[in-house]
Amino acid sequence: MSGSLRTPDTAAARRRPARRRALQYTVLSLGAVAFLFPFYYMIVGSLRATTTGDLSSAVPSGLTGDSYTAVNGAISLGRSLLNSGIMTIGVLLCTLVFGLLAGYALAQLHFRGRGTLFASLLLVQMVPFQLLMLPLYVLVVRDYGLGDNYLGMILPFAVNSTAVFLFRQFFLQMPQSLFEAARIDGAGELRILLRIALPMARPAVLTALLLTFIGPWNEFLWPFLVTKDADMQPLAVSLASFLSNLQGTVANPTGALLAGACVLAAPAVALFLLFQRHFTSTDIDSGVKG
Amino acid sequence: MTMNLRVTPASRHGRARSRTGQLFVTPYVLFLLAVFAVPLGYTVWISFHRFYFTAPGTHVDSPWVGLSNYRDVFTDPVVGRAFLNIVIFLVINVPLTVVLSLVLASALNAKIRFRAFFRAAYYLPYITASVALVAVWQFLFGSDGFVNHLLGSHAPDPSWLVNSDLAMPMIAFFVTWKQLGFFVMLYLAALQNVGKELYEAASVDGAGRVRQFLSVTVPGVRPATTLVVIYAVITGANLFSEPYLLTGGGGPDHASASPVLLMYQKGIEQGHPDFAAALGVVLVGFVLVISLAARKLTERGN
Repeated sequence: MSGSLRTPDTAAARRRPARRRALQYTVLSLGAVAFLFPFYYMIVGSLRATTTGDLSSAVPSGLTGDSYTAVNGAISLGRSLLNSGIMTIGVLLCTLVFGLLAGYALAQLHFRGRGTLFASLLLVQMVPFQLLMLPLYVLVVRDYGLGDNYLGMILPFAVNSTAVFLFRQFFLQMPQSLFEAARIDGAGELRILLRIALPMARPAVLTALLLTFIGPWNEFLWPFLVTKDADMQPLAVSLASFLSNLQGTVANPTGALLAGACVLAAPAVALFLLFQRHFTSTDIDSGVKG
Repeated sequence: MTMNLRVTPASRHGRARSRTGQLFVTPYVLFLLAVFAVPLGYTVWISFHRFYFTAPGTHVDSPWVGLSNYRDVFTDPVVGRAFLNIVIFLVINVPLTVVLSLVLASALNAKIRFRAFFRAAYYLPYITASVALVAVWQFLFGSDGFVNHLLGSHAPDPSWLVNSDLAMPMIAFFVTWKQLGFFVMLYLAALQNVGKELYEAASVDGAGRVRQFLSVTVPGVRPATTLVVIYAVITGANLFSEPYLLTGGGGPDHASASPVLLMYQKGIEQGHPDFAAALGVVLVGFVLVISLAARKLTERGN
C-alpha cells in the first residue's frame, strides 16, 4: 500500500493517492449507509403516529411516543427488561467468577488434566449450541423442572468459554516474576488472583464482559424454549411473540414492533458505544482464534 | 508415599498449587460436563430409542429402536430440503462475506478520517439482537414494505419473504449483513500481520493495486478466511431465529426451513424428541464433514 508512494514522482502518480482516497471513502460510506439505514428506519418508524411501508415513512414527522406505550401495554416492557437483566447479570457473574478461576488456573497453575481441559475448551467453542438444545431441554425443563425459572435460563450460558480463553491469554502475558514474588511472600493462589492478577486484568475483564453481555441479552432460542409464562420471558422472547401473534392487538402494529426493537437494541448498542475504544479488533481476534 | 519426607519446600508448594489448580477449574469442568458432554451423549442415546417427554419425576420406558429414528430422518423430504437450504445459505453467505469484509477491512486499514465511526457502524448489527433486526427487515422487505415501494412495479411477486425462490437467499443476505462487522474486525486484525515489505516488493515488481490485493492481501489473510468459512458453517447449522421469525416458521412450504427449526418443530412442538435427536446427530456429522472439506479447500496451495 505504502509502496505506490514511492513510484516516480509524476503528476499521474501524485494524483493516484487522492483518487484512491476518494474510492476508499466512497466504499466505506456506502457500507455505512447499508449498515445504518435499518437502524435509522427502526427509530423513525417507532416514533411515527402511523408507520407504513411507503417512502414517506422514512421521513421523521409528527413524532410521538405512542408506539412505546402500545408495545408496553401488549408485552409489559418493564417486566421483560427485568427478566433480560436478571438472566444477563446471572450469566455475567458466573462467567466472571468461574471464568477467572479457570482462566487463572489454565495460565498459571500446573495440574493434571490441564492440557485436556484446554483442548476441550477449544473444542467447545466450535460446538454449535443449538445442537445441544434438545437434550438440554429434556434435562433442564423435564428432568430438573427448571422451566420458567431464572436458573434454567442461565444454566447453559453460565460459563462463557470464550471469556475463559481470553482470561487465560491475558494471565499468560503477565510477567511471571510478579507471581513468583507473591508466592515467595507466602500468598495463596486465590489471594494472588484477587490482589495481583485481577486488578491488572481490567481490560480483559471489560472485553469479556462486553463479549459475554450480547450473548444472553440477545439470545432467543433457549429462553424461548424454557419460558412459557409471559411474566418470565426476557424481552427478545416477548418481542418475538408480539411479532408472530400479538400485532393485531394494537393500533399501529409496525410502530409498536419497531419501538420494542429499539428498546431491545438500546442497551447493547449503548454499552458498545460507551466502551468502544476498549474493544479493539485484536481482542476479538484473540477471543476467536482458539 | 515415603518420598514425602524428602520433598523440598518448593515442590511441596508445587503440589499445593496443583491441588489449587484442580479446585479452581472444578466449576468450569462441571459446567462443561453438564452443558456439553452429558447432553451430547444423551442426544445419541435418545436417537436410538423411542423417547417421550415426561413430566418431572414420572418415568416412562424408552425402548431401543436401533436405526429407526435415523431411517425416519433420511426418508423425510423436508429434512432433505432443510439441508439443501444450508447449502444455499453457504453458497451465498461465504463468498459475499469474504469479499465484502475483505474490501471494507482493506479500506479501513488505511489512515482514514472517521475510522472509529465506520468501525462502529459496521459493528452495530453484530451486537444487536436478531429479534430486533428481524423486525426491521420484515418491515423493509414485507409485501407492503419500503423496498417494494422503492421498486414499484419491479417488486418481486410474491414478495421477498414469502417467495419460495427468494426466502432462503433473503435469510442468507440478512445473516451476511448482520455478521459482516465481526468479520471486518477479524480481517482488520489479520491485515496487521501482513508484512508491509511484501507490498513494497510487489510494487517494485510493478504490481498494481488490484494485483497487490490479489497476490499479497488475499493469501496473507488466508487463516482468517478459513475461520470465516468455519464460522459460516456453524452459523448455517445453527440457523433458527431467522427462518422462524423472518420467514414465518420456515415458509413458504419449507423453502426456508433449517435443520434446527425442524428439530424444534418435530421435537418440541410435535413431541418427537427421538426424531429430533437423530436429526441433531446427523447435523453434527454434516457440520464436521463440511468444515473439514472447507478447511481443505481454503488452505489448498498454502
